[in-house]
Amino acid sequence: MKTLLTAFVGSMALATAPMAMSAEANKELKMAYDADPVSLDIHEQLSGGMLQLSHMTFDPLIRWTKDLGFEPRLAKSWERIDENTMRFELREGVNFHSGNELTAKDVKFTFDRLKQSQDYKAIFKPFSELKVIDDYTFELVTTEPYPLLLNTATYIFPLDSEFYTGKTESGKDKSAITKHGNSFASENLSGTGPYVITGRQQGVRVEFERFDDYWDTESPGNVGKIVLTPIKENNTRVSALLSGGVDFIAPVPPTDLERIRRDKNSDLVTMSGTRIILFHMNQDRVEAFKNPKVREAIAYAINQEGIAAKIMKGFATPAAQMSPDGYQGHNDSLAPRFDVEKAQQLMKEAGYEDGFTISMMAPNNRYVNDDKIAQAVAAMLARINIKVDLKTLPKAQYWPEYDARAADMMMIGWHADTEDSANFFEFLTFCPDAESGDGQYNAGNYCNPDIDELVNKANVETDLDKRTAMLKEVEQRLYDDAAFVPLHWQDLAWASKKNVKIEPILNVMNFPYLGDLVVE
Amino acid sequence: MLAFLVQRISQAVLVMFVISVIAFAIQDGLGDPLQQMVGMSVSQDEREAIREEMGLNDPLVVQYVRFAGNALQGDLGISYFYGKPTMDVILEHLPATLELVIGASLIIVIFSVPIGVFAAIRPQAWLSKFFMGVSTVGISIPVFLTAIVLIQIFSIGVTVDWFPQDAGWGQWLNAALSTEGGLPSYGRGDDLTPLFGTWESGFFSQGGILHLILPSVSLASIMLPLFIRLIRAEMMEVLQSDYIRYARAKGLSSSRVYFLHALKNTMLPVITVGGVQIGIMVAYTILTETVFQWPGVGLMFLEAITRSDIPLIVAYLMVVGLIFVITNTVVDLIYGLVNPTVKLTGKKA
Repeated sequence: MKTLLTAFVGSMALATAPMAMSAEANKELKMAYDADPVSLDIHEQLSGGMLQLSHMTFDPLIRWTKDLGFEPRLAKSWERIDENTMRFELREGVNFHSGNELTAKDVKFTFDRLKQSQDYKAIFKPFSELKVIDDYTFELVTTEPYPLLLNTATYIFPLDSEFYTGKTESGKDKSAITKHGNSFASENLSGTGPYVITGRQQGVRVEFERFDDYWDTESPGNVGKIVLTPIKENNTRVSALLSGGVDFIAPVPPTDLERIRRDKNSDLVTMSGTRIILFHMNQDRVEAFKNPKVREAIAYAINQEGIAAKIMKGFATPAAQMSPDGYQGHNDSLAPRFDVEKAQQLMKEAGYEDGFTISMMAPNNRYVNDDKIAQAVAAMLARINIKVDLKTLPKAQYWPEYDARAADMMMIGWHADTEDSANFFEFLTFCPDAESGDGQYNAGNYCNPDIDELVNKANVETDLDKRTAMLKEVEQRLYDDAAFVPLHWQDLAWASKKNVKIEPILNVMNFPYLGDLVVE
Repeated sequence: MLAFLVQRISQAVLVMFVISVIAFAIQDGLGDPLQQMVGMSVSQDEREAIREEMGLNDPLVVQYVRFAGNALQGDLGISYFYGKPTMDVILEHLPATLELVIGASLIIVIFSVPIGVFAAIRPQAWLSKFFMGVSTVGISIPVFLTAIVLIQIFSIGVTVDWFPQDAGWGQWLNAALSTEGGLPSYGRGDDLTPLFGTWESGFFSQGGILHLILPSVSLASIMLPLFIRLIRAEMMEVLQSDYIRYARAKGLSSSRVYFLHALKNTMLPVITVGGVQIGIMVAYTILTETVFQWPGVGLMFLEAITRSDIPLIVAYLMVVGLIFVITNTVVDLIYGLVNPTVKLTGKKA
């Protein structure tokens, strides 16, 4: 492993050695996630794991609070200049791990790089430029009024522009983002975050040490060293916690919740999540699905509460829409409508009393209990005489089938990268359009241009109340139309030893703010 | 001898060629590697561009020829996930697996020979019957179950309260059946000793050995009963043979009869089976390594499959194929040493 320490990390250690370690950050934390970061380049992939790394080694301009508000981080304040412009004031005296000082040019560098990143460019599409006013002031400019400007700013983790500029010894551009093969940024890192990476062996462990020169001296965090071990196997991860091998684990599998709750040395934290699990009904493949009555019948036939209680063991929140509680589009009046008789009645009215046969596909290792959920849905549909030919596949094989729309009903789980309702609609219910990328995951081929129009209008509406009303209306109309079959929002769970106070640093986005973690 | 080696090497080449063709042919069924590399919201156009750049759009034959051409120059491709040459990735993970196999083999050798011999010499003793009974159970329990039970007992610990706590005997029984736990349940630990190259060994520190215990025992648990029974059966047969009776009649001490004359002939089939089993053990490490998060090639392979990391999958299969050929060759060589009547080239003497 020592051989994997980069030259940079080595020089870092030397540079920071003479400085006194801040007195309180002396605790060690061993933690186990189900995977380790795929790369050290936070712009290489937009995924939960990469965002977790970003929050440990970098800081965003602003970040989400527990109740889905915003709190200032590297940006200490912001104000709207005009419809399309937001001006940010940067915090002064913030240093990168390399020793360079953070200025607006670093933010500009980061913004430009995000626009290049294959995974992020879609999210930053509404932005036309980042204007540097002076060293500590810059403006984010959008092409048209954009209500999600602040949501997107949570994705801007300023990189050390000096560190990532230039050529490596082998002549490669240091700022390059490479999906396959190694780039400079995938092995070297310099951020402003609370932790510096001191060792990394991919798939085995990552070691972090508290950044001595960390700007946030108010942070209650007292962890000086973190060792992250990826443990993929659920049972092993839980055992590692129960046997005292690690102090903090995530995620906790639903089958082990009770076991951890009973354990007197461990704490369990659960939260209703934001990832919606749903089925699409493909109207291009099945004529009957074009009939709203049939779709409604299916909506009435599915018992969301039953699935959440029996299969998910309470580890899910039954859903009747896509937006979870706390999102702008969340419509409180929508509830699961389970009623088999009504469903049978609707099938009769639609002229499908004798039912029909459809194919269904679901992954079997992507979401919690995905295959069991699919089996339950198939059984529920049998009660309204829809015979289901179910096939479940490992995720690696499932997604190509999904892209090919290979079955009449297909399962998907979706988390909105923008933490906003519109993202659900754009990807899952918009009229599919290969050109614009709309409805990329709309495996139902449901298409209602009026609803799309409404969402597009909401996307340029900066008046929060108006926008909320619009998005709520969209949820209502999709519900009335039974555009898809929502099942539930998958819950989140973390567990730790009693002395590790994880509750305050956890959030529904599932990126724990480990910099603020207190260990007693 | 030379002819034998040449024959084996050409076999190895053939085996690896066949494996690579099969691995390549099934890669479409292994899923889309891109899915693991990009976020969900990346557009189809972007995906197509990356796919084109990686050469995934070429016909399979073109891809295979490109692969084979590189392979002949010793380049087995670059892992999609690790972004490094696949051989480097495998060599990084191989020491962990080899140490696990060595640990398990040690346990098997240390326990199977004495127990097997004892059970053959004293088939009626209650201890023999006990060992035979346990080994039947052992052979029929899947390795991941053994592993989970071991973790529960020796890492997490169990508290037994089946017996009345107020009675002295109950308290004693409860205490006797409860365990403290404390053995490491995952990974290889922190104090590894660098040997050479990528090899960091756990055999030279207390922490390293503690981490080895549970995985090695789990891995050994499948093979140990098999070897005990094999040694017992072979030994019993050998003990019936004329030369043993003659040795006894000659008045040789029984330890000399058992351990020198009888055991040597017993070991012949054991070595054959053992060689094949070591290969199989490398395969079984996939399960053991997954349960114990042991950073070896087995775990690496399983993750490569879930990530559709095709170059790594192909390289792993070829390396394992090579290991099989090598172990079989070594076994044949040893066999010739132990039993000089065997001709290596396979011609009848």
